[in-house]
Amino acid sequence: MNTLSLRWPQRNPKVFLILAILVWWGLYETLIPLSEAVVAALPVERDSHLGGALQFFFYDTPKVLLLLTGIVFVMGMVNSYFTPERTRALLVGRREGVANVMAASLGVVTPFCSCSAVPLFIGFLQAGVPLGVTFSFLIAAPMVNEVALTLLFGLFGGTVALLYLSLGLSIAIVAGWVIGRLKMEAHLEDWVRDMPRVSAQFDQGGMSLGERIDAGFRSVREIVGKVWPYILAGIAIGAGIHGYVPEAFMASIMGKDAWWAVPLAVVIGVPMYTNAAGVIPIVQALLAKGAALGTVLAFMMSVIALSLPEMVILRKVLKIRLIATFAGVVATGILIVGYVFNWVL
Amino acid sequence: MKEIKVLGTGCANCKNTIALIEQVAQAKGVGVSIQKVEDIKDIMSHGVMSTPGVVVDGKVVHAGGVPSRDKIEHWLSQ
Repeated sequence: MNTLSLRWPQRNPKVFLILAILVWWGLYETLIPLSEAVVAALPVERDSHLGGALQFFFYDTPKVLLLLTGIVFVMGMVNSYFTPERTRALLVGRREGVANVMAASLGVVTPFCSCSAVPLFIGFLQAGVPLGVTFSFLIAAPMVNEVALTLLFGLFGGTVALLYLSLGLSIAIVAGWVIGRLKMEAHLEDWVRDMPRVSAQFDQGGMSLGERIDAGFRSVREIVGKVWPYILAGIAIGAGIHGYVPEAFMASIMGKDAWWAVPLAVVIGVPMYTNAAGVIPIVQALLAKGAALGTVLAFMMSVIALSLPEMVILRKVLKIRLIATFAGVVATGILIVGYVFNWVL
Repeated sequence: MKEIKVLGTGCANCKNTIALIEQVAQAKGVGVSIQKVEDIKDIMSHGVMSTPGVVVDGKVVHAGGVPSRDKIEHWLSQ
């Protein structure tokens, strides 16, 4: 690869950041009119089914991808301040309650990959972080992440993104606290309980701004490189729904008046294993066709926060009863969120 | 000959890490023996919290995410 282009941002980090912001802003401002022009130039009627679908696709795809690239880059830099080791050191020795709030909030900014869930879980417990606090972290980390929030912001607007953030955090805090109160430590696998205690010491080499920029690039490559096909597929399906599913069709199935819609959404959502990137564009289209926001949010949260493959991984460290409790407490939280939303809005 | 262990439960990033280390070792002509450590107990015994982790000659040098090419070159040239 061309080393000159790789080294340049490292050597002039501040200049690079300012330029990057300007370029990004310029692109964002020109993309929207550009995609509108593309749709206008297509030889289809704007009001036809196909026209509606294409408009949705060409309008939202560039917007969402550009937003995502920008935010993932920034979060990659932010993540470099919050290694799991540092987060753990911050949580050790805090009072439960306060620690649950901190754990959930740190879950948002600490880099997390579901394949690391088990080592993280054990690492926290080994250093003496209480079980409930560890769960607060483990629930918030995958559910409230920058990809989900960016897509919500891009497709639904700031209010819904903010609601998702605060409700997701609340579920993680309360569910973790409840699990802590239930005193389920006995339901850890035996070898986990017998692990020697380790101290939460960490030695963190300082990082230069240039290295953090590098971390930003890396997470764009890793995250955006991985999720863009899901986003395209999600937006394409969403576009199909926008164009072809009749108005208010969803109202009867996923509307406010159907009391069973929220639990059903959770039950359908749990075995589904996809990431936020694929599910949010579809959900946005459903919403436009009359589905209720609470139902839709409950569906989304259960898809993202509770997944069968994750539970299979956790089975290595937790006994069945603790897994069931974890799933039950989180599902209950999601149900409450769903009902409250449908009722309030 | 460098003894390298890659700690990870078999996710895509762990495989990428191994492939990258092999690639760099070959390019530099350094002999390495790479061992995959997939058992969770063994991984935890190294005190690593995020995978993939890399152990070179018994010392943990990296945890979390695929290491950069520069980093790998540095380990191999020591």
